Amino acid sequence: MKLTGSQIFVKSLQEEEVDIIFGYPGGAVIDIYDELHKSNFRHILGRHEQGVVHAADGYARASGKVGACIVTSGPGATNTVTGIANAYMDSIPIVVFTGQVPTTLIGTDAFQEADITGITRPCTKHNFLVRRVEDLAETIKDAFNIARSGRPGPVLVDLPKDVMQAVTDYKPVSRLSSTDPAHKPDLTRLPDVLDLMSVAKRPVILLGGGVILGKASDELREFARSVRIPVTSTLMGLGAFPGTDSLWLGMLGMHGTYFANMAISKCDVLIAIGVRFDDRVTSKIDTFAPNAKVIHIDVDPASIDKNVRTDISIISDCRPALQLINNMIKGKRFAVPEGQHDDWLRQISQWRSEGPLTYCHSSDVIKPQFVVEKLYELTQGNAIIATEVGQNQMWAAQFYKFDHPNTFLSSGGLGTMGYGFPAAIGAQLAFPDKLVVDIAGDGSIQMNIQELATAVQYNLPVKIVILNNGYLGMVRQWQELFYEKRYSHTDMTFQPDFVRLAEAYNVVGLRATRPEEVEPVLRQGLSTPRTVIMDFHVSRQEGVYPMVRPGDSIAEMDLGGREMIN
Amino acid sequence: MEKKAHIFSLLVNNKPDVLARISGILGGRGYNIDSLCVNTTMSPETSKIVLTTTGDQATITKIEKQLNKLVDVLQVSDLTEDDSVQSEMALIRMKVTKENKPELLKAVETFKARILIMGPVCCIIELSGKPDEIESTLAHLKTMGIEDTVRTGTIALKK
Repeated sequence: MKLTGSQIFVKSLQEEEVDIIFGYPGGAVIDIYDELHKSNFRHILGRHEQGVVHAADGYARASGKVGACIVTSGPGATNTVTGIANAYMDSIPIVVFTGQVPTTLIGTDAFQEADITGITRPCTKHNFLVRRVEDLAETIKDAFNIARSGRPGPVLVDLPKDVMQAVTDYKPVSRLSSTDPAHKPDLTRLPDVLDLMSVAKRPVILLGGGVILGKASDELREFARSVRIPVTSTLMGLGAFPGTDSLWLGMLGMHGTYFANMAISKCDVLIAIGVRFDDRVTSKIDTFAPNAKVIHIDVDPASIDKNVRTDISIISDCRPALQLINNMIKGKRFAVPEGQHDDWLRQISQWRSEGPLTYCHSSDVIKPQFVVEKLYELTQGNAIIATEVGQNQMWAAQFYKFDHPNTFLSSGGLGTMGYGFPAAIGAQLAFPDKLVVDIAGDGSIQMNIQELATAVQYNLPVKIVILNNGYLGMVRQWQELFYEKRYSHTDMTFQPDFVRLAEAYNVVGLRATRPEEVEPVLRQGLSTPRTVIMDFHVSRQEGVYPMVRPGDSIAEMDLGGREMIN
Repeated sequence: MEKKAHIFSLLVNNKPDVLARISGILGGRGYNIDSLCVNTTMSPETSKIVLTTTGDQATITKIEKQLNKLVDVLQVSDLTEDDSVQSEMALIRMKVTKENKPELLKAVETFKARILIMGPVCCIIELSGKPDEIESTLAHLKTMGIEDTVRTGTIALKK
């Protein structure tokens, strides 16, 4: 069958069962767009290429499928870089197609030419420049395989205009990629893991985003509950273990709970699953889990011994490893002696009552934590929550209880302001009937606010909750604590009127300035089947606590009453 | 931990940007490449890259793992001095005077070097051997007036 590059492009997407592509057209991809039009392929038009990539990323995180997007060459391509780096840091499977000038013009500084494969080399799992139409189908197949296999990540495919216009014989590619860099699971050390767990008196499970990416949430729950080991999680792992379970310790790290950080600091065996030991998790590495034997299960060999030295490592997807462990428990080939963790669980309960996760309530001003708590109450934990970056993100992580995987979408590694709203759009498209909420700050919501037009164009009832303190709050908090309150350029002196801005975009705008208005505004906003902005004017100086000072041990926490514990 | 020179031999896809990917992943993570050699193998679809780097064992392991993650890197071998044969080549332009010529010719013979061209005021010598042999020869020739040198990186092949 003779097809053009553009026709092969659409066929290949169909082969990969891509049901939706996010994008923004331009000169270099006009042939592809013509074909998308002719084939009636479902395309979501964003308003900025960064938003387009974040939307594909949010779609991928919520659905567990590969997200796809397409943009034009030059500025279209360079605008995707933040979105790609964001997906790379959090290991999110997306495929980004970029237009390119015709092969005959590559290297001539042609109009809207950018060396996007060169630019994105350090922030993609892999990238391709397709120079011949004959290679196109196979390259797209490889791109999707690489994005989803092993430790997932973004893949970029650069498509020169003449390649997409050229004609060749098309045959669907059936073979699996030969360039898959995934390693075979190595489960040989599982017996050692079980030996260590059977003698552990103070074990803790630390889970990360790998459990969600590896679709191992059910297996993890079964494992933790059957051996009664308490569970903490990185930001990326929230939702993999229920936030309402009695074994749940909350998030650990810089803004982790007192009891999670204490448990890590005093445990004798740390079972780390699908984590990479980011510095926001470990803080001072020498004092991280100082008394623990460390078991590390991860799909990426390069994560093992990168930051934290492990005693036993298993290189595997989380799911098969946990399945095997669970089978051994079920087959009575492994058991923890009755009551072995009782003292430990009692100690944790004591820490829990000594340093609960809390804040000073107020009847005069809206506390941001109160808004998140109310949101949790009203949604009963059943919403998909996206966040922006900064204080809003940490309050969401601390005060919303996530019971299900793939329901917390947040920029963990790169910390990208402006991520949450377009990601929420992507998630809403993956799950049209679910409630999707972006918890935002007044700073970060403005970084991709143009995507309101996208939400309206496609009737997406995304809810935006702005915790509006008129500051770049997290930076302000650091200035307060570490820079003698010199608030250098963190006071957003001018802010738009978000309610009027909502009206301009033809979305619903609501505002609360008093604590008693919080619940009615949330109720009205959440029950409105349209895009809604809820602008909560919150306590301006509120800080995120507990907080571990950068470089300190995670056992040394500022609990916000300004006293340091330990 | 003790820092040591290490030789990595990489079998890679023969594509234009492979070298950039390898140097990028090492440079981006702060690992220095001491020397580098690239050429095609018997198969035109693959190239072999031999690179040397210095670091303690933990660093070397991290480098190896990062290299293994690259899609176009098909195989990574960490060659030690004992289980491989190493060689390097140097070209050396020497000043030639009436006074130093006899000594120079003698040195060329002693070090099993080869004179590629001999001019009235300078000559170019080709030298090959293990990297440490090249070092010591260069140190010796330096006393006779080296004008310029160029060295290939180390190449190595498993025994």
